Amino acid sequence: MSEEIKNNPSAQPDKMETLEENQLFMTPGQIVARQFFRNKLAVFGLVVLIFMALFCFVGPLFSPYGETEIFYLNPETGEEIYMSDSSAIASAILNAKAKPSLAHPLGTNESGHDVLTRLMYGGRISLMVGFVVVIVEMLLGVTMGGIAGYYGGKVDMVIMRLVEMFVSIPFIPLMLIISSLLISLKVSPQDKIYYTMFIMGIIYWAGVARMVRGQILSLREMEYMQAAEATGIRTSRKIFRHLVPNVMPVIIVMATMDLGGVILMESTMSFLGIGVGMPYASWGNMVQSVNDNVIMRNFMNIWVPPGLCILLVVLAFNFVGDGLRDAFDPKMKR
Amino acid sequence: MNTAEKERNKRLREVKKENARRYRALKKEKKRKIPESEYLTRMKDPDNILEIDNLHTFFYTDVGTVRAIDGVTFEVPRGKTVGIVGESGCGKSVTSLSVMRILQEPQGQITGGEIRFNQRKENRAINLVKTPQKVMEKVRGGEISMIFQEPMTTLNPVFTIGRQLDEAVELHSEKMSKKEVAEHSISMLKLVGIANAEGVYKMYPHELSGGMRQRVVIAMALACSPDLIIADEPTTALDVTIQAQILDLLRDLKNKINASIMLITHDLGVVAEMADYVVVMYAGRVVEQGTVQDIFHNPTHPYTLGLMKSRPNILGGEGDRLYSIPGNVPNPVDLPNYCYFHNRCDQCIAECDGPFPEMVALSKTHKVACYRAAKKEVQE
Amino acid sequence: MKQYIIRRVLISLVVLLGVSIMLYTLVRSMPSDYVDLSTSANVKMTDEMRAHLREIYGLDKGIVEGYIDWLTSALRLDLGQSLIFNAPVTDVIGRYAGVTFTVAAIALVLQLLIAIPLGILAARKQYSATDYIITGLVFLGLSLPTFFFAAVLKRIFGYYGLDLLPISGMLTARVTYPDHMTWAKFLDYAQHLILPITVFVITGLGSMLRYTRTNMLEVLNADYIRTARAKGVPEHRVIYSHAFRNTLIPIVTLLGASLPGLFSGAAISESLFAIEGLGNIGLKAANMGDVPYLMGYNMLLAFLTIVGYLLSDILYAVVDPRVRLS
Repeated sequence: MSEEIKNNPSAQPDKMETLEENQLFMTPGQIVARQFFRNKLAVFGLVVLIFMALFCFVGPLFSPYGETEIFYLNPETGEEIYMSDSSAIASAILNAKAKPSLAHPLGTNESGHDVLTRLMYGGRISLMVGFVVVIVEMLLGVTMGGIAGYYGGKVDMVIMRLVEMFVSIPFIPLMLIISSLLISLKVSPQDKIYYTMFIMGIIYWAGVARMVRGQILSLREMEYMQAAEATGIRTSRKIFRHLVPNVMPVIIVMATMDLGGVILMESTMSFLGIGVGMPYASWGNMVQSVNDNVIMRNFMNIWVPPGLCILLVVLAFNFVGDGLRDAFDPKMKR
Repeated sequence: MNTAEKERNKRLREVKKENARRYRALKKEKKRKIPESEYLTRMKDPDNILEIDNLHTFFYTDVGTVRAIDGVTFEVPRGKTVGIVGESGCGKSVTSLSVMRILQEPQGQITGGEIRFNQRKENRAINLVKTPQKVMEKVRGGEISMIFQEPMTTLNPVFTIGRQLDEAVELHSEKMSKKEVAEHSISMLKLVGIANAEGVYKMYPHELSGGMRQRVVIAMALACSPDLIIADEPTTALDVTIQAQILDLLRDLKNKINASIMLITHDLGVVAEMADYVVVMYAGRVVEQGTVQDIFHNPTHPYTLGLMKSRPNILGGEGDRLYSIPGNVPNPVDLPNYCYFHNRCDQCIAECDGPFPEMVALSKTHKVACYRAAKKEVQE
Repeated sequence: MKQYIIRRVLISLVVLLGVSIMLYTLVRSMPSDYVDLSTSANVKMTDEMRAHLREIYGLDKGIVEGYIDWLTSALRLDLGQSLIFNAPVTDVIGRYAGVTFTVAAIALVLQLLIAIPLGILAARKQYSATDYIITGLVFLGLSLPTFFFAAVLKRIFGYYGLDLLPISGMLTARVTYPDHMTWAKFLDYAQHLILPITVFVITGLGSMLRYTRTNMLEVLNADYIRTARAKGVPEHRVIYSHAFRNTLIPIVTLLGASLPGLFSGAAISESLFAIEGLGNIGLKAANMGDVPYLMGYNMLLAFLTIVGYLLSDILYAVVDPRVRLS
């Protein structure tokens, strides 16, 4: 190259720079960000998630009530009595199904809990379950899928059969068995949350493993990967420099979408009474009140807000995940 | 964020706004019903089949407007082959997609110029830039057909060869019966030198080799005896022995149906063998054009000279190393108005710092866009 | 082809065996005698039935031996007595499968009819307002909790709201119909099924629509689509013949995979609308600790899942000429 430049004394490399300097460019991060923020639904999702996270984790600090606090009424004066006020409780009646008021913006439920406060705590549980389950499933799934895809052969065969077994068991019916077992084992409601998270993570890894394996297999087929292999680089470098960066976007997208899916599943289970149970709040078990026809008809303030919260959060995770997928995919560029 | 970055972001936002405006304009234009008078035109020279006149095709991308074709002018005479040469990214393929009007919309848009096409069958000339898509559908495949670069992916994998050929035939000749169509398709397969034509007719694309597929693609392109065949690097993806066969085939068939060929390639050998006229493109502009003799015996533009020099020459023993033109083709985004080859040129003169050079006619057929060549011409 | 199918069937059997081992171990991993625990509250249980259950589950033997016993009776289609129905599990499944299947099949057909055209439309008009609206609807469907959506529909259209549609059961209780199907009876069925099927369709629509759109977009960028346009194929035919035929390949695969969904996806909506189907009974069984039924139900679904995968592989080979199963 240098020889040629010498041969062309009048060629002006600095002129080239002025040509390029004039041009706009985007860094890879900027391209992803631009693609992401172009998608208005994704931006909406992001805003909702930030708001919800604040609502659930910071909100309770501003709420004067506790998650399991029950409110009573003085039958004569109609004055509200706190649970802690044990002397007054004796003669009081439960302040159940109170209409929305300043003290209880969303009213109280049939057990006399403040709905707004429970909405915050319930969101905490839902979001936490979502994150824990996704972390568990990702750790398991990425490792297993990575091993299967990278080593292939017998290892792949065994792992994939295992994956098929897990995928063949439908989730809800399986949870029904597990729940009926947990009932007969008399597990406490608090422990049940942990069991539920753990079991969901174990069941969900299979899908992740399958996807990661597929990605790695198709990457290995790619010419650039074969080229990298031909240069004789170390295995660790191959994995961390070439495979991981290429699988990462897919994993991030899948994790985001799964967060929504897990929250939906958890709320469904809690609704059915096999997930998070009383006295702990979860958006799912808060909607459960709708099974009472009177509440369904007259007390929408009890069951509609948690339902909307689930819808919004799951929707937001899906929007963000979808936006990320489009942003990472160079083919979707326009 | 520093000021340079702020400035850049501001410009990115401006680009975004401009693009949105362009997309909307295109959408509106597409909805409009275009009267015939708007796209009927007259050929400059009735012997030409195609006249491209000051064509501009721009791509409105995130980082600004790419002037993929920026004022290209050339013509394709009837029955002749015109070779279009240039490095990758110089706008060769975009020219062909513009003629066919199958640019990737809404990013790619023809923003100016005319593409006059001599519709012999209808005895009129139309401006393809303005022609509505409904009319274009008749033109495509029937009067102008195209052979693409990648034979492995240009055929629909889920339809048989026969069905894809039949479709091309049916679309442009309504009167034929199903049986006649099939017979015609099989005869086309035979014409392109496929021995087992009846068998191949029933096969799927994946059952054929690359060379065979390219023959099928050619058969499809020729099925309706078009007046103009656009061949976009028809042999690039094939190995050398097949290349020669395909080129021979193309030339013979062209003569048989008296069609013109617009041959797009980066291979000067192919051009020398096939073309009557040559157009050399660089960064979306024509830098030199002329007959094969003009270009090969009297290359004038430094870029053409460079292309000639960088050809591998088996006989010439000047040196072992192949010449390569230093530098790269500039990315045609917002290029300033001066000779784009300036920075790679080893023969610059004082005038070269001026605006982009005009085309200068060296002879009746030979034209070049270069200050040095123009000066020499005046002196002589 | 034949060899491939045989191989796949054998692998499927191995997977099924694995599933049954997993389920059996789950039941056996209980610290105490499960039959006693779960049946103590059930007055219908006789000692004789308990003994039969113990026998089937091999609770009196070691875990390996017990599993072999369970497997042999399962192979003879003896899955034990359902505790809540007091009848063989296979009979119970047979009795209620029809309802579940019918509802799900109608919903699936409707989903296809809506998802495919809308998915294609969204892909054709990528990034347009139409695309955004359709995508928004897709995600709404994907994110709607079934139970909440069902409750909202019941509240709006049911007795407590506009009172337009029945909200539970399959037939109006006050009316007696003859055993055979009559027009009036059919209409009554249809009316009862509007809301459940709406729930099914809307919540299931999303993934299919999304899938169609993504695949359509990919196909529309393919070289052969450009070839078709260059041939002069009219735009609608480019879309509905050339592109669609290629999009069909993944859709067909999806169809095979939705077979188990026809029987399993229903648990929640069935119970919410009080439809007597497999899922609803599964929920009741879970509350009553009817493990024999749950085991049988799960095995059936696992079986269907595996059959579904097999089916989609075969369908794949049928629609895609490039696939030579090997």
